[in-house]
Amino acid sequence: MSTEGDASLGSGPFSAIFVRDLRVALRHRGELANPLVFFLMVATLVPLGISPESSVLTLLAPGMIWVMALLASLLSTESLFLSDFRDGSLEQLVISPQPLWLLVLAKVLAHWLVTGLPLTLFAPLLGVMLALPAEGFVTLIASLAMGTAALSMIGSVGAALTVAIPRGGLLLSLIVMPLYMPVLIFGATAVQQAVDGFSASGTLAILGALFAFSCMVTPFAAAGALRISLHG
Amino acid sequence: MNPAPLLECKDIAFERDDLPLFSGVSLQLLPGQAIQVKGANGVGKTTLLRILSTSLQASAGVVLWKGEPLSRRLSEFRADSLYIGHASGVKLALSPAQNLHWFFQVFPGNGVTIPDALRRVGLEGFEDVPCNTLSAGQLRRVALARLYASAATLWILDEPLTSIDVDGIGVMAQLMSNHLAAGNGILMTSHQPLPLDNLHFLELERYVH
Repeated sequence: MSTEGDASLGSGPFSAIFVRDLRVALRHRGELANPLVFFLMVATLVPLGISPESSVLTLLAPGMIWVMALLASLLSTESLFLSDFRDGSLEQLVISPQPLWLLVLAKVLAHWLVTGLPLTLFAPLLGVMLALPAEGFVTLIASLAMGTAALSMIGSVGAALTVAIPRGGLLLSLIVMPLYMPVLIFGATAVQQAVDGFSASGTLAILGALFAFSCMVTPFAAAGALRISLHG
Repeated sequence: MNPAPLLECKDIAFERDDLPLFSGVSLQLLPGQAIQVKGANGVGKTTLLRILSTSLQASAGVVLWKGEPLSRRLSEFRADSLYIGHASGVKLALSPAQNLHWFFQVFPGNGVTIPDALRRVGLEGFEDVPCNTLSAGQLRRVALARLYASAATLWILDEPLTSIDVDGIGVMAQLMSNHLAAGNGILMTSHQPLPLDNLHFLELERYVH
């Protein structure tokens, strides 16, 4: 099956769903901006609420930026399967002859590209606002790139479990927050190590391992959770 | 002698939160047959169709696909059936052509091109406009355009003709007759009467508690 102009884009189920989700996301650009605006707003609250002293902010910056990125990522996770669930296309994916984990992986990857990646690219700006020392920037970007991808993967399981529950957003937070903790610990530690002048490569390697592990496990878990959710 | 049935259900039961919805539903769908599930609102017509489309699991009973238990032929069955539910799976942010494109990357097609399928449901000229600018009937037609391009043997249609106009219903009836004449099967619910030759009825109300 093909149609003009679409033939080269998205052949095969994985890329078809990937391209489809990117297209849908680009049609709702306003929604895409929400986690970023949230990220920025909280960053402006920190100096107001704690202290505008750059010595204090420097101390807080690695952990603060990571916590805010985690919350922004959590904010966008709920929408992962929700529109597909409402318009019935989730049911079509579940009863399709394709392996569901593959379709889930395509959805999560597209979701990370429009949520986690912008957060990662935005983070240096927040680093400047919170007086993050220059040594921390490269590690911040590296840790957030892997970390937000792992968060998206982990979040997909919670999103799949709660998709059929009305106002399941709070429950989703309760389910995935504990699972987010290892990522936060190693992500923030890596940046702190870089700021303190140590090598962060070991911590980044553990973060990479967390990401790789979540890639292997969560698509299957999310696929199973989706089948349970639709059954409810 | 009758040909072997495409789909056979024996004593299907379904309960939700320990409340039985229906039980003991049995049916046989022969090649070339259409079965219309009838019953008042809330008796479980949609639930039955969702069980047969494999998105729900029955709490008891067996479903056989071409003589073998469905659970063992699951991916084969899924490639060979097409389900259109109330929520038809059309993404409003995409155009009709884009909607059919992803659909037929996930489900097998029969070689009919997407522009052709859209033309046959009367959506010529609407291929590339966003679906959220279409009317309810046009959206339904986007979903029904899948029927033209699908390779599926079994169609499972839940109220396919909702908000379709009179001409559209005639076109769909013709499409369904052709599908049946080729030895395929249709399971459906509909509140509109359909002029199909080999149409059988299943009164679901008899199995409801």
